[in-house]
Amino acid sequence: MAALLEVENVSRRFGGIVALDGVSLDAGENEIVGLIGPNGAGKTTLFNVVTRLYRPDSGALRFAGRSLLRTPAHRIVRRGIARTFQNVELFDTMTVRENVRVGGRYGDEALEVVGLAPLAGRLAASLPHDTRKRVELARALASRPRIVLLDEPAGGLDHEEVERLATLIRRLRTELELAVLVVEHHMNLVMGVSDRVHVLSFGRRIASGTPAEVRNDPAVIEAYLGSAA
Amino acid sequence: MSRRLALNTAGFVVAALVVAVLPRFISSYHALEWANVGIYFVALLGLNVLTGYSGQVSLGHGAFMAIGGYTSAILIAHHGVHDVWTIPLAGLVAGGAGLAFGLPALRLTGLYLALATFAVAVAFPALARKFERFTGGNAGLVLTLHTNDWLYYLSWSIAGAGLLLGWLVLATPIGRSFRALRDSEVAAISSGISPALYKTLAFGISSFYAGIAGSLVAISTAYVNPQTFPITLSLFLVVGLAVGGLGSLPGSVVGAILIQFLPTYAAHVSKQAPQVIEGAILVGVMLLLPGGAAGLFRLVQSSRQP
Ligand SMILES: Nc1ncnc2c1ncn2[C@@H]1O[C@H](COP(=O)(O)OP(=O)(O)OP(=O)(O)O)[C@@H](O)[C@H]1O
Ligand SMILES: [Mg+2]
Repeated sequence: MAALLEVENVSRRFGGIVALDGVSLDAGENEIVGLIGPNGAGKTTLFNVVTRLYRPDSGALRFAGRSLLRTPAHRIVRRGIARTFQNVELFDTMTVRENVRVGGRYGDEALEVVGLAPLAGRLAASLPHDTRKRVELARALASRPRIVLLDEPAGGLDHEEVERLATLIRRLRTELELAVLVVEHHMNLVMGVSDRVHVLSFGRRIASGTPAEVRNDPAVIEAYLGSAA
Repeated sequence: MSRRLALNTAGFVVAALVVAVLPRFISSYHALEWANVGIYFVALLGLNVLTGYSGQVSLGHGAFMAIGGYTSAILIAHHGVHDVWTIPLAGLVAGGAGLAFGLPALRLTGLYLALATFAVAVAFPALARKFERFTGGNAGLVLTLHTNDWLYYLSWSIAGAGLLLGWLVLATPIGRSFRALRDSEVAAISSGISPALYKTLAFGISSFYAGIAGSLVAISTAYVNPQTFPITLSLFLVVGLAVGGLGSLPGSVVGAILIQFLPTYAAHVSKQAPQVIEGAILVGVMLLLPGGAAGLFRLVQSSRQP
């Protein structure tokens, strides 16, 4: 079976910085795929390229077998790709319900999934960080996408909240039959939920495999130790 | 939500009653001043859709008022159309011009957009002089006279309708898309909102209001020439908008009152340098009320929430 999302040999530079350097990776239907790498590795850039906010300098993007390169950014969600942002991007002057309704027709249902129905009438700006992250996820789910791209969903969450997030991500697959591509620095979370993990470093994919394979890959260990030093 | 609707409805009805009886208590001269307030209110409603809701700054809205004003004036003076019928046409012509301007302006953001709109407003008087055959050049066009009370009720009926229409539009998914783009453009795009479509649409709607306001200016002064819509008008509109509150339609009344009465008041305080007084008051008001008077009201409201 062909992959749902295929990124093939994609490059993108910003001035002198090569943010993505011939990256290829994929995510299958109903699969949970982790995307990890040190700071500045190009993970967010990859999300921005897939969702067409940034144009790739070269390479191919396919979704469900069809190229994404002719789809403008605002049509991406209709192709079945929804996302969240590393720095939570909510519509702050709107209520939670309005936020998810902008996301799509199934906003109310999405609020139920993430457990936010009781807060539907609250103003987005007034909510604590972890709730805001859940509103963002609900907004992404409101279009009933086939894949969600989560950019650091655990960022700024405490231990208990991360546990709940892991459960939620698994439910996205089992209950909503979604594929999930998740960028995370929180290793326990990625390794715990992912079927496969891709690793980026300095814009290149340096490893791919099951969490166990990736964890023990010398190139990965090197990339993380190198960046820590 | 429904409580807000009830409050808004009650507020609207009370305000409409006040507006309806006001001419009984003021002189005909003051009725004309308040007619102007109604006209500025219409212009600010439109500017609010553009700046307050869709986050685009225009320093040249006087130009779209001018397009509306000249549309009415030409129809009335050259074609003998009854002036009231020219009002919607003026709105449509200016709205079309706004759409036409909004499309290329998509490539501009923030300061650059502000400068481009400013340039349009600066260029307009010269254009009006150049097409003298239609516009009457510097001599202008002379229109039909009306009583001050008639002008008062005309401008305020349109202002009331404009407010209701604005509320309606902003309550639809169109209005929600405007606010989404303003709050977070990337999230709006990734949620399926076309920035090109909605930003252009905001320009069109906003210019429609400006055109109607411009038409009212022409009708109420019974005369237009290139100086009827000076560049200072565009700047006063922006200040009025900020004072009335970005993103609050009823708050625009406060801005409209300021635009109408500040110059008179400043001239009253100092005959030598009214502009200095004007400037000082504007700066003071903006400093005291960041977010505008309506922003203050909203703060008061939200502090009552549980
Ligand atoms: N819009 C941009 N303009 C210029 N440089 C950019 C832009 N976006 C990303 N970059 C650069 O591209 C590189 C990759 O950035 P990116 O945000 O994709 O990294 P990341 O893997 O998401 O890192 P982090 O884990 O810190 O979020 C960085 O050097 C970054 O500075
Ligand atoms: Mg990132």
